[in-house]
Amino acid sequence: MHPDNLGVFSQGILVSAALVLFTSFVMLAQARIQPLIYAFAWQGALLSVTTALVALVSGHAHLYISALLTFGLKALLIPWMLYRLTQRLHIQFDVEIVSHPSLTLLAGAVLVVFCYYVALPVAQLSTLVTRNTIAVSMATVLLGMLLMITRRTAVAQVIGFMSIENGLFFAAVASTYGMPMIVELGVAFDVLVAAVLFGVFFFQIRSSIDSLDVDRLDRLSEKGD
Amino acid sequence: MADQLTGWLFAVLQTLLFAGTAPLLSGWIKRLKCHLQNRAAPSLFQPYRDLAKLFGKNVVLAQNASWLFRVAPYVVFGAILLAASAVPLVAIPLPTAAIADVIVLAGFFALARFFQTLASMDIGTTFGGMGASREVTVASLAEPAMLMAVFTLTMTASTTNLSVAMQHILDAGLVLRPSFLFAFLSLAMVAVAETGRIPVDNPETHLELTMLHEATVLEYSARHLALIDWAGMIKLMIYAVLISDIFLPWGIARQLTLPAVAVGVVAVAAKLAMLAVLLALWETVLAKMRLFRVPQFLGFAFLLSLLGLLMHVILESAL
Amino acid sequence: MIPLYFLLWLPLAGVLLLALLPSYRLAGHLNIAISAATFAASVWLAWDVLHTGPELSRGNLFYIDAFNVYLVALTAFVGLTTAIFSRPYMQHEVERGRVGPRRMRLYHSMYQGFLFAMLLALTTNNMGVLWVAMEAATLTTVLLVSLYRTPESVEAAWKYFILCGVGIAQALFGTVLLYFAAERRLGPDRGRALLWNVLHNHAAQLDPAVLTIAFVFLLVGYGTKVGLVPLHNWLPDAHSEGPTPMSAVLSGLLLNVALYALVRVKMLVDGSLHTALAGHLMMGFGLLSFLVAVLFLHRQHDIKRMFSYSSIEHMGLMTFAFGIGGALATFAALLHMTVHSLTKSSIFVTVGHAAQLTGTQRIEHIRGLIRTQPTVGWGLLAGTLAIAGFPPFGVFMSEFLVLNATMKSWPWLTLPLLLGLAVAFAGLFRYVQPMVYGIPPPGQVRVRANMLPVAIHLALVLWLGLSIPLFLAHWFEQATQLISGSLPL
Repeated sequence: MHPDNLGVFSQGILVSAALVLFTSFVMLAQARIQPLIYAFAWQGALLSVTTALVALVSGHAHLYISALLTFGLKALLIPWMLYRLTQRLHIQFDVEIVSHPSLTLLAGAVLVVFCYYVALPVAQLSTLVTRNTIAVSMATVLLGMLLMITRRTAVAQVIGFMSIENGLFFAAVASTYGMPMIVELGVAFDVLVAAVLFGVFFFQIRSSIDSLDVDRLDRLSEKGD
Repeated sequence: MADQLTGWLFAVLQTLLFAGTAPLLSGWIKRLKCHLQNRAAPSLFQPYRDLAKLFGKNVVLAQNASWLFRVAPYVVFGAILLAASAVPLVAIPLPTAAIADVIVLAGFFALARFFQTLASMDIGTTFGGMGASREVTVASLAEPAMLMAVFTLTMTASTTNLSVAMQHILDAGLVLRPSFLFAFLSLAMVAVAETGRIPVDNPETHLELTMLHEATVLEYSARHLALIDWAGMIKLMIYAVLISDIFLPWGIARQLTLPAVAVGVVAVAAKLAMLAVLLALWETVLAKMRLFRVPQFLGFAFLLSLLGLLMHVILESAL
Repeated sequence: MIPLYFLLWLPLAGVLLLALLPSYRLAGHLNIAISAATFAASVWLAWDVLHTGPELSRGNLFYIDAFNVYLVALTAFVGLTTAIFSRPYMQHEVERGRVGPRRMRLYHSMYQGFLFAMLLALTTNNMGVLWVAMEAATLTTVLLVSLYRTPESVEAAWKYFILCGVGIAQALFGTVLLYFAAERRLGPDRGRALLWNVLHNHAAQLDPAVLTIAFVFLLVGYGTKVGLVPLHNWLPDAHSEGPTPMSAVLSGLLLNVALYALVRVKMLVDGSLHTALAGHLMMGFGLLSFLVAVLFLHRQHDIKRMFSYSSIEHMGLMTFAFGIGGALATFAALLHMTVHSLTKSSIFVTVGHAAQLTGTQRIEHIRGLIRTQPTVGWGLLAGTLAIAGFPPFGVFMSEFLVLNATMKSWPWLTLPLLLGLAVAFAGLFRYVQPMVYGIPPPGQVRVRANMLPVAIHLALVLWLGLSIPLFLAHWFEQATQLISGSLPL
């Protein structure tokens, strides 16, 4: 699908999809808590823009609802909740020490290539405008996982988790123009509940180890203590 | 025959225009920055005066300066000037288009840098060596990023020749390409690093500890310094022209007729003026980063160009 | 379909009711009552389905066939007996000061929430809703794992949350791919393309390449919840640090339901691929989990942790058996699901009492249970005998059948299986024997122990070992035919 032969909105889908992936990389590189939350919010906003553009191009009206839902949940509510939590925990200016930042980013790029190859058979079967973005959505999922693996603070891990959810939603939009409404609502509800629970956990972790560095949660292991 | 002759004439004129207006661009940027920072601004033509003053002075050479030290400024200036002749400034169909290849361009830059760093080590002062090592460090990180970014563009046009690539982009019309977005950002970051602008280097100070480019030219005086400074201005202009003409080539002359060329001149002037505003804003908003963070900065530029390349393969392929 | 509505609305109403009820004593009784009513509804539903065959609800949202109806009944039953056990147990925990009354409200409410999520996952016909319910099961239990707020329990809950959350996310990706494959074939009627019965009917038309990728993601996703190695890390932590009733339902129910989801997916993939790829993958992961868990059994110091490794071992065995795929193996796996669920929940109940009367979960500090409180000691001994696969308990029967099926299709794999079972047996008895027979340390006192659930569970397991009742055999046969496509025996 050459962008030359596409309408301007379809080109817009590709650009915003690329930007979603870009925000994933920004999150990987961002060591400070607040900018990390902003980057996450931007990802949600870009995702909802992508969804709205897909709705416009494909004519699926229900995608507008999904876009709105995404914007409300992923770009406003959850970032706001995280922001408030970091304020209440007085960690909003914390800087995390990210070990091997360039190596992490390079690993991210390798993951993107990997996703391209995995998603290729799927994309080849698809006839949708968005078929090229399937690999990008999958990469967003895996980059979220990479973020969770490389980070040690609970907030960064939660953002990684939520970014995985973003990627999954994106995958649904990219490969099938979204899941049935009932599933989408259920997933959104689960994400919301998860966000609330994460908030509860920040306080529990904080009061149990005096820090949000989850690397220090190491009492349980198979070392045979 | 006559066509070819006008072609060559145009090529020479364009190169002269390049060299002649480069100080103007630097002056314009400096003026903008002063205005943005509420300082009294120097004249737009101050760089010309500085160059003229330097050309009029006597050269002071260190006792142990070798021939290399004396030759280097000419080589640097020559290489940059040749590079400038290869970049389409106002018109595309020129005879120099044959060498208007990105890899050749990178080669010219590398040649200039090679001689400059050699010369800076020639005298044997600490600052020279320090500057050389820093300059090479930055260059070794910036070059792959730049090439990668340019390859992203050339993959779309299926050529590494700048003229042909511009033709292709002009033919395709206005298309939003995610890969171009990333390549643009990456190239802009590389340009900032390569031309010694904030946040990688500060062109306005000789603050010893943070110097990059300035440390390599510390021993030069008079016409040698003038040539090197001038080459630096031309280099900045080359990057500016590259960025504006690759990503927004509209307006550039596609035939060698007078009206087309006139439009081309106006267009490129407007584009460069706008780009200068952006650069001035960027330099005003940002502070110089610590030297240790420069590799990160360039690493990010490399990542961007890599992403651009991947986006080209993933999103813009026909499957 | 009336019993189905009861089945789902009752626990859902319980969530709200118990969240609002301030008295935790009353809540304990109410919890039992609601669970009992849910169990009654499940029996009613089972009766219906047994007589009239598979049922599809209006709007196609629910689908009940032989495979899930027996799991529904099992879930509701274990839910009920655990609720019976939980009332005095948690009351004792409140008296010891480990939990406050406010958290007890959370506990009871989420207990019903968990049951609701399990039942929804089992009965739904929509693969997407199945995912939502599986995720909801994590969300409802995660705060219960950290109920005691000790650093260990918070750590366990965090691990559980993160690992299961990330794991299950992979399953959603797989579901999206499944939907993608189905939507291409089933046309524009978007709502239908995720319905299991529709997918199953059209499985042969789904694209094999896409389904292969989807299965890998779904296996990783639901496999995390089953506790398959190498994604099992959350399981021993969550089981050992949460309150014991939670360990019982997690081990006895959640793992089963996750495996149920995996088998449902396998049925689709088998229909599309016509190769044994899905089965082989499941066999590989199952065997790996079985062997790794068996080895880890020997290194434990915490009694609940030890039995949670035993759970991984048995889930591995079931996954392996479902992977083999023939009628015999499937029948064995279904039977094993039932007996393991009953036995393991009864063991956790006993272990809970043992931990309360000794005041510790450390194996080396638990000694002489049979002298301090004979019922608990005997219960632990009988439970361990049952889970280790002693005849005449049901676990022996099902393991024997699994071995039998393996012998038929993969003879050389019987060796690691037999070896593993022997090692697991040795591991369990090495620790359990001194706990039951040793000399009790001073200060070990009797507690109020309600051993009724244990007795009922073990009696059922014994019964299943001696003879499978006709109606149950009928169910198993129907389910086996559904899954493997042929009748057993």
